[in-house]
Amino acid sequence: MSAPLPVTLTVNGETLSHLIEPRETLADFLRRDLGLTGTHTGCEMGVCGACLVMLDGVPVHACLIFAVQAAGADIATVEGLTESAAVADLQRAFHERNALQCGFCTPGMLITAQGLLARTSVPSRAEIRDALSGNYCRCTGYEAIVDAIETVAHKRAAGEAAPRFTEEPA
Amino acid sequence: MNAPLGSLDRPNSYIGRSVARPNAKRLLAGRGRYVTDLALPRMLHAAFLRSPYAHARIVAIDAEAARAMPGVRLVATGADLATLCTPWVGTLDHFTGMKSAPQLPLPLEEVLWAGQAVVAVVADTRAQAEDAVEAILVEFEDLPPVADIDIARESGADRAALAVEDNLCFRSRLDTGGIEAIFAGATHVVEEEFHFGRHTAVTLEPRAILADWDASEGKLTVHHATQTPYQFQDLYSRHYGIPEASVRVIAPDIGGSFGMKLHVYHEDMAVIGLALLCRRPVKYVADRMESFVSDIHARDHRVRARMAVDGDGSILAMDVDDVTAIGAFSAYPRTSAVEGNQVIRLMGAPYGFRNYRAELAVVFQNKVQTSQYRAVGHPIACAVTERLVDMAATRAGLDPVAMRAKNLIPDEAYPCASPTGYRFEALSHQASLARLKALMDYDGLRAEQAALRACGVHRGIGLAAFVEISNPSPAFYGIGGARISAQDGATLSITPSGEVRCLISVTEQGQGTETIIGQIVADQLGVVREKVRVITGDTETTPHGGATWACRGAGIGGETALQAARRLRDNVLALAAAILQARPGELDLRDGIVVDALSGAERVSLAEVARIAYFRSDTLPPDASAQLSITHHYAPQGYPFAFTNGIQGCHVELDVDTGLVKILKHWVVEDCGRIINPLLVDEQVRGGVVQGLGAAFFEECRYDAGGQLTNGSLADYLVPMAGEMPDIVVGHIETPTADTVLGAKGCGEAGTAAAAAAALNAVNDAMVPFGASIAQIPMTPARLLKSLGKI
Repeated sequence: MSAPLPVTLTVNGETLSHLIEPRETLADFLRRDLGLTGTHTGCEMGVCGACLVMLDGVPVHACLIFAVQAAGADIATVEGLTESAAVADLQRAFHERNALQCGFCTPGMLITAQGLLARTSVPSRAEIRDALSGNYCRCTGYEAIVDAIETVAHKRAAGEAAPRFTEEPA
Repeated sequence: MNAPLGSLDRPNSYIGRSVARPNAKRLLAGRGRYVTDLALPRMLHAAFLRSPYAHARIVAIDAEAARAMPGVRLVATGADLATLCTPWVGTLDHFTGMKSAPQLPLPLEEVLWAGQAVVAVVADTRAQAEDAVEAILVEFEDLPPVADIDIARESGADRAALAVEDNLCFRSRLDTGGIEAIFAGATHVVEEEFHFGRHTAVTLEPRAILADWDASEGKLTVHHATQTPYQFQDLYSRHYGIPEASVRVIAPDIGGSFGMKLHVYHEDMAVIGLALLCRRPVKYVADRMESFVSDIHARDHRVRARMAVDGDGSILAMDVDDVTAIGAFSAYPRTSAVEGNQVIRLMGAPYGFRNYRAELAVVFQNKVQTSQYRAVGHPIACAVTERLVDMAATRAGLDPVAMRAKNLIPDEAYPCASPTGYRFEALSHQASLARLKALMDYDGLRAEQAALRACGVHRGIGLAAFVEISNPSPAFYGIGGARISAQDGATLSITPSGEVRCLISVTEQGQGTETIIGQIVADQLGVVREKVRVITGDTETTPHGGATWACRGAGIGGETALQAARRLRDNVLALAAAILQARPGELDLRDGIVVDALSGAERVSLAEVARIAYFRSDTLPPDASAQLSITHHYAPQGYPFAFTNGIQGCHVELDVDTGLVKILKHWVVEDCGRIINPLLVDEQVRGGVVQGLGAAFFEECRYDAGGQLTNGSLADYLVPMAGEMPDIVVGHIETPTADTVLGAKGCGEAGTAAAAAAALNAVNDAMVPFGASIAQIPMTPARLLKSLGKI
């Protein structure tokens, strides 16, 4: 029952085959086996949102599914979304607005924001707050995060593209 | 608003400027380096068997089966670690009469709360360690748990810890005299019994530690998610008998702390011993369930208080009785009595009355230890004071704003002292009140409130003025015998390329410490900010200092950086003068260029000065001294504490049928002295307010009569989420302290200090038409419906 199983899945654009213990969560697999430590675990029961990743384009709690359940899936973590520049505008807006402090919730916040803006191009502030209802942040009080997402929604709606975040000067 | 320290029109003048945090970019890119992320070669993992009882005697431990489990490297009990680690006692000498049971990493005979770690397992993986914990059999003999704070203080009561003679940890009294007569003669007396629930920090990154003992070198390296690496270097050295210079504590990126991660935890002390025993790196990360039963909790006060007021609404006196329960022993090394001490000393602090009496009892009970968490004591003192002020205003027939305008200490009355002994240098209560009133359109809100009441919509407006302690001198811990530094140190260097490195003892948990230190250094040295790299959180590389707590990062750390930068600038200009055959006083360093001070004409670049100093010292005059690195320490002088002040306003709507409260908006006007980075100050205030609103409406560690925490998970313990929180408007008054050149006082706790008090007053204001009131937080729907007589 606990013998490792062969699993093939795609993570950040790369197709991988690994032997994975059935009891290992996707979050633990990403963090420990792949070293993708940008995905965090805060509650390990699907409440805090720190472990959110994109699974086939939809935000999913990586702590709530076993890695073996992700067989065949296409996973994107904050590292992959950074590399592809898919969230570069969100990262820039978070940075400029200081919409993060300790940063532990931030990858999950970016995933939620990306998911929201894929569903609703220009959400209201109340809709943004509602979308963030599964993302716990102890530091910011949320307002700066709402501001940053609102800013990006308007910029995306206006067709503004963003270069890679990490190439910007400090 | 005071004149800025530097001229903001200069390209490298940064003090007072909103700039983004350079170190936030790696966090946004998923490249944070938290202790939870670290992995070392041959690293092992620890897990703990925890007590299911709130109070029990350990009769027997059978770990044979666990030792035989796959991957298990060590099973350790209290006795195993007691041979390595000396016990600790959480008392301070200046808290006369204080007592507490000695503590060891793991208990020998007696467990003191449900969730206390009893046996440690070290294995190749965390899962294997947890599997082995399941196989350990511990026989406990149940002892009566102490829960009720009044029964606990009766003579002959069951004791929370058998090692101390009774359940009174500490008591304190303050009395300016004649209180009974003042109350007897007062026109109005208002009184209330307040209850403040236990809550906890719930940092998103739980506690995490990774200890690495290198027996060949006799060196201990600890990667520790903490605010205070120097304090832990000292503690690990002294309790494990390892020379201080052979202990290195590294605090990398920290996923939130708020005071919680600067206390000694039994598991953390155990992990050091486990690493010594295993001679391999040992890592322990608390999971969320473990966090709830082992992180410090905070608050837990019952306060009976009354206020005497004369006929025109002038406050005459306060009389306060605070009983606070702290767990079965006092936390180490900062104790569990500081909060109560601050509660009774901060009561009424914004107001000018002179007569005061207070009694504090700090009581043991069999729950998790409590200790310092953001805004230590302030929310209690503020809520009690501000609620009584509102009650007194009603009795005196005054509007809450008029009541405060009448009683707040006038802005021209400083310096002055509180009746509890605090000395205030310069505060701005009256200006803050006026600013808040305008900012929130107070009169407009009152008109709207009256109109809506007629339609059955019940809105409330609450105000809360506050004073916040910051920048503590050695009077806080040092004189009590705790080896917790009040000073900070910085080492500043010019690199051979003319860039700047600043190694400083204040630490970063996301509030922006490194950013403001970089701003100050760049500004005062005369270089662009991008050329300054700030390094924190490593006892091996940075000078010893107090680190970050009590809002001291800007006030003490910032002044340290300022003085260090000025000294280094003098060295640079002296060397440049030698190179240029000029006088140092004729030169200035601007934007990384040594210029003629009067004309601004470029003379030589800092990079060229550094190149000559490092590589062509042969070309320097024989008496030239190329000191391009300096170390500088600064300890607060003058007032024993800096105080900040401000006032908050809260606007709520109460659904009187469901007891649900919608927080419509929240305002803060605060005075943190010199503002170094307005963007960061505002976000500190907002984050602090939301922690205060969490306490006001949601957060409570609920225990049953047997001492079991009944809501110890993030699904059951409610924290404030985005949907329930309002937008928060922040305004500033700037009254720099004259004790430092920089003038900064600190801003990290102001939001938390008064948010719950403002919310409490707002909800009570909404309930006025029903003749109802509440004096307990969190204000849950059930409690509000009970107050309204609906259930």
